[in-house]
Amino acid sequence: MIYIAILTVAMLIAAGAAYLFRDLIAAVVACAAVSLIASVLFYLLQAPDVAMAEAAIGAALTTAIFVIAIRKTGRYEK
Amino acid sequence: MRAFVSFSILALIAVGLTLSLSHIPFGTDRMQVANYYLNHGVADTGALNLVTAVVLDYRALDTLGEMTVLFIASLGVGIFFSWPKKEGSEEDGKRGLPPASLIVRRGSQFLFPLILLFGGYIFLHGHLTPGGGFQGGAVIASAFLLMFLGNTGYHLRQKPLAVTESLAGITFVIIGLIGLGVSGYFLNNFLPKGSEFTLFSAGVIPILYAAIGLKVGAELSGIAANMFQSRSER
Repeated sequence: MIYIAILTVAMLIAAGAAYLFRDLIAAVVACAAVSLIASVLFYLLQAPDVAMAEAAIGAALTTAIFVIAIRKTGRYEK
Repeated sequence: MRAFVSFSILALIAVGLTLSLSHIPFGTDRMQVANYYLNHGVADTGALNLVTAVVLDYRALDTLGEMTVLFIASLGVGIFFSWPKKEGSEEDGKRGLPPASLIVRRGSQFLFPLILLFGGYIFLHGHLTPGGGFQGGAVIASAFLLMFLGNTGYHLRQKPLAVTESLAGITFVIIGLIGLGVSGYFLNNFLPKGSEFTLFSAGVIPILYAAIGLKVGAELSGIAANMFQSRSER
């Protein structure tokens, strides 16, 4: 139970960081951290199928697609 | 006036939601269908992973719809990135990015077959352990993404991906039609269930999951290839 609370707080911090960062690569990494913690939470809440989907799609594929988009546009928020 | 109308619509929605939600009992077990799945799922389908039992046996037609949605998304990305560019905007990707360091390149090349193997393991054991076709396919696509990110100029041919995707989709539908012909229900599990805890059990579910895994992997890798490769190198 305490682990779930700690992870939820860490997830909130990462989400806030994703909002605050001006460097978009850092913001995307923070988003990936949110997804990763979400997948650990899914695992702790006994939903391993969803955890795997979240880890593969949320943490890996979405991050990479955002990185491509940032590479083709600009790195810093105006 | 406009604010008043929108506010009254919002209030109407709020009242409707409150009224309908107040009729749903919370904290009591009213999910009879979930209890049925828990008690009879393994005997009905032969799949030990009950999520797989629901996704590929009780609700297999929905999975076909889900695959169609993913296919349309991949098609949309393909169409978007093959759109002719305006005059004067040069193709990027030829910008001459410096190659990554030796550790990143060799590390990604070392991990690539291992991640592929893990993805294949996930979708082949979808009926026994957590995971399945969608998860395995996403893991396979992440292996290709790692190669794209770690190796500048990595090239993935689109044609084999398209062939894999089409064959896997056709396999899924053909198995469904065989089920329809054998027993009168689309996607019915017509093969013998086998014994539990073995790889060759649960009838058609491993075949269907292999088809889904290959299809999802090929589609997501195709999306990545569309985004990374400029049109001239496809």
